[in-house]
Amino acid sequence: MSKKMPPTPMLDQLESGPWPSFVTGLKRLAEVEGKAHSGIMKSLLGQLEHSYQTRKGYWKGGTVGVFGYGAGVIPRFSEVADQYPESSEFHTLRIMPAPGFFYDTKTLRQMCDIWEEHGSGLIALHGQSGDIMFQGCRTEQVQAAWDKINEMGFDMGGAGAGVRTAASCVGPARCEQACYDTLSAHRAIINDFTDDIHRPSLPYKMKFKFSGCANDCANATQRADVAILGTWKDDMQVDQAEVQAKVKQLGRKEFINQVIRMCPTQALGLNDDDTLDVDNKSCVRCMHCINVCTKALKPGKEKGICILVGGKRTLKIGDLMGTVVVPFMKLETEEDYEKLVQLAHDMLDFFADNALEHERTGEMIERIGLVNYLDALGLDLDVNMINQPRTNSYIRTDGWEEEARKWAERKTNNAAE
Amino acid sequence: MTELRRPVESGVPDSKQFMHPALVRNYGKWTHHDRPRPGVLRHVAESGEAVFTVKAGTQRQLDVFTIRRLCDIADAFCDGHIRFTVRSSVEFMTTDESKVPALIQRLEDEGFPVGGTGNSVGFISHTQGWLHCDIPGTDASGVVKALMDELVDEFKSEEMPNRVKITTSCCQINCGGQGDIAINVQHTKPPVINHALVAGVCERPAVIARCPVAAIRPALVDGKPSLEVDEKKCVCCGACYPPCPPMQINDPVHSKIAIWVGGKHSSTRSKPMFHKLVAAGLPNNAPRWPEVAEVVKKILSVYKNDARAWERMGEWIERIGWPRFFELTELPFTKYHVDNWRGGRANLNASAHLHF
Ligand code: HEM
Ligand code: SF4
Ligand code: SF4
Ligand code: SF4
Ligand code: SF4
Repeated sequence: MSKKMPPTPMLDQLESGPWPSFVTGLKRLAEVEGKAHSGIMKSLLGQLEHSYQTRKGYWKGGTVGVFGYGAGVIPRFSEVADQYPESSEFHTLRIMPAPGFFYDTKTLRQMCDIWEEHGSGLIALHGQSGDIMFQGCRTEQVQAAWDKINEMGFDMGGAGAGVRTAASCVGPARCEQACYDTLSAHRAIINDFTDDIHRPSLPYKMKFKFSGCANDCANATQRADVAILGTWKDDMQVDQAEVQAKVKQLGRKEFINQVIRMCPTQALGLNDDDTLDVDNKSCVRCMHCINVCTKALKPGKEKGICILVGGKRTLKIGDLMGTVVVPFMKLETEEDYEKLVQLAHDMLDFFADNALEHERTGEMIERIGLVNYLDALGLDLDVNMINQPRTNSYIRTDGWEEEARKWAERKTNNAAE
Repeated sequence: MTELRRPVESGVPDSKQFMHPALVRNYGKWTHHDRPRPGVLRHVAESGEAVFTVKAGTQRQLDVFTIRRLCDIADAFCDGHIRFTVRSSVEFMTTDESKVPALIQRLEDEGFPVGGTGNSVGFISHTQGWLHCDIPGTDASGVVKALMDELVDEFKSEEMPNRVKITTSCCQINCGGQGDIAINVQHTKPPVINHALVAGVCERPAVIARCPVAAIRPALVDGKPSLEVDEKKCVCCGACYPPCPPMQINDPVHSKIAIWVGGKHSSTRSKPMFHKLVAAGLPNNAPRWPEVAEVVKKILSVYKNDARAWERMGEWIERIGWPRFFELTELPFTKYHVDNWRGGRANLNASAHLHF
């Protein structure tokens, strides 16, 4: 005999309107006879309606895990279990998807079957960090569900003070603008850190994100402790005939408005014959003109990555933007990848050793200063790391000669390369 | 008891096993793309092969029946391949242009709006809310559903000056991240402490260390070790709640919604920007949050009318100036808009650049 559907007058109002409704989905899971999820979902709908009525949440944490791992299951116990007993335990399994969120339907259907048998039937594709979130599992089903997901070839994502699940843009799989292979870099780095994902032991979380160009479709710059963005070093590629076609299509005035005037560094000009004049030394690789003229313009041929470190949201000292610590690095050969993975390791180790409890990388760098961070990681100083030199005069400069000599030496060495 | 199975620490799987074969064939060999219509992308490879992507909105919190329906569509049109975006939209890819209209029709018939490409309002990224988070001031899926109902036409068309990314967060900590418009819960009262429970469940030094303004002190209450909050200092951030649940920050009446604008992650044209507070004190009015929708729609319509092609919201405001922004949106400008947090002077006007 099945339990009755709870009345949900407030949630019902979220079933109207043109956008797909999660409430309709929850109800469908609740209404199916003879499945484990129907009881759980009736109860969950009751609790959610209760939240809507009282404008309060009723979940608390706890400890639930799977054998061998110290993270990845987010425990949720209900504070109103006496009224809604069947969803009293509603844990989430965070599972790492393939980079770029690609699936085949066989895999997705298999995931659905597992979650229908062991969980609530509710899956978020995806969480804000990029996990597949299998939401709503009773404690005694967690291990069984996990075993089956793991046997499919999927692994648990991050939670707590460890390396978190990463995110990457679609990259070379379907974007001509990708300046490096975001999907391979994502796998190379994250799969080297499985221990730090599964058994968190850092001062706080550490996030990596991968975007193939300055458009930053993976939202790396402000949402990752380490943001890896694609860029290029040589001149952008211009197909002048296609530029002329674009000018014709938009009209001269609109082309000037939409392309020339919008270049942040005034690196562009329109020649009298409607070809494009690019001052590559002024270009900052922002992608704007390339986005507008997808056929005519492309990044250059000497492609690579730029690494920004320390982006984060509010807690604790306020929002921080990532800072450039590596302006350019090639990422093509196996050695390039090894170098990147090694650098990621060094960043993690330094963070583990030097951050205070509950401090993110950006906050640590603010406390110790960028120069000390670069020194510790053996990274070369570069003028691209700053917006402008210091304005505050409280500084000792007694090592000036020595530092100037180092800079000159590096310039000579780079020139000799 | 049966023996426990050791996990295989397989890490992140390889994407190529799941990708549409046309993407594998042309991996890294794309030459350009365009948008034949809103919701559709055409990517052309060096080989001359073209792949059409049809993008549709989902409810993100997907039940297995909906996922299976999406799979049926992918089986019928896309050889069983499917992709999700960072903002939980779904993408269907095919090399066969003739299938595109039928695919769009099928998606629309099944209730998945097609759009979200180009200069449109994308799907709103969101957190967990009342469905699953343990400190949410509001729901997430519900707010987003209610808002997307109002904004669906802007999702389905490409009539905005540039992409509009909206994010929501159920507290000021703001897991939802930067947005052209960010809709975040703002707690307005210091935490209410249940002193009877503090000694038992809170690691007091950790809670004290977590507070960004050092407002929390150890205290003895009724002879028991507890905590007290200097309410003058408290910024109502809620950071003390996760390590100490007896410090209840959520409040059904005083947790309000605030709206922030002009954030962007990309370095496209301008450098990345944080979003800025423009409205606060909006009621947490479940189930459809009409007051929030009204402000969001007002901001969007002013931006749509006034911004130049390719200006993101923050770039448009930098051009027209904040006085004009407040004038056009008819939002009140208050002392709460003036930054007095660490480094806040950088947000004050130190020039004779004035807008009248
Ligand atoms: C204690 C309750 C909390 C809950 C239930 C919670 C829940 C979540 C969830 C479900 C996600 C998405 C995860 C995923 O995609 O895998 C998330 C992401 C995130 N959380 Fe939390 N969170 C909590 C506390 C915090 C705190 C205290 C902070 C910051 C200090 C924080 C910062 C973030 C950020 C920045 C993201 C977004 C990550 C990204 O997209 O890069 N969260 N949170
Ligand atoms: S970040 Fe750049 S490379 Fe990646 S998908 Fe976006 S536009 Fe393409
Ligand atoms: S990429 Fe950006 S900076 Fe470079 S020329 Fe184009 S618009 Fe200007
Ligand atoms: S924004 Fe706040 S309430 Fe929402 S998921 Fe993040 S920490 Fe939880
Ligand atoms: S709400 Fe924030 S500011 Fe207030 S006491 Fe708690 S941690 Fe401190």
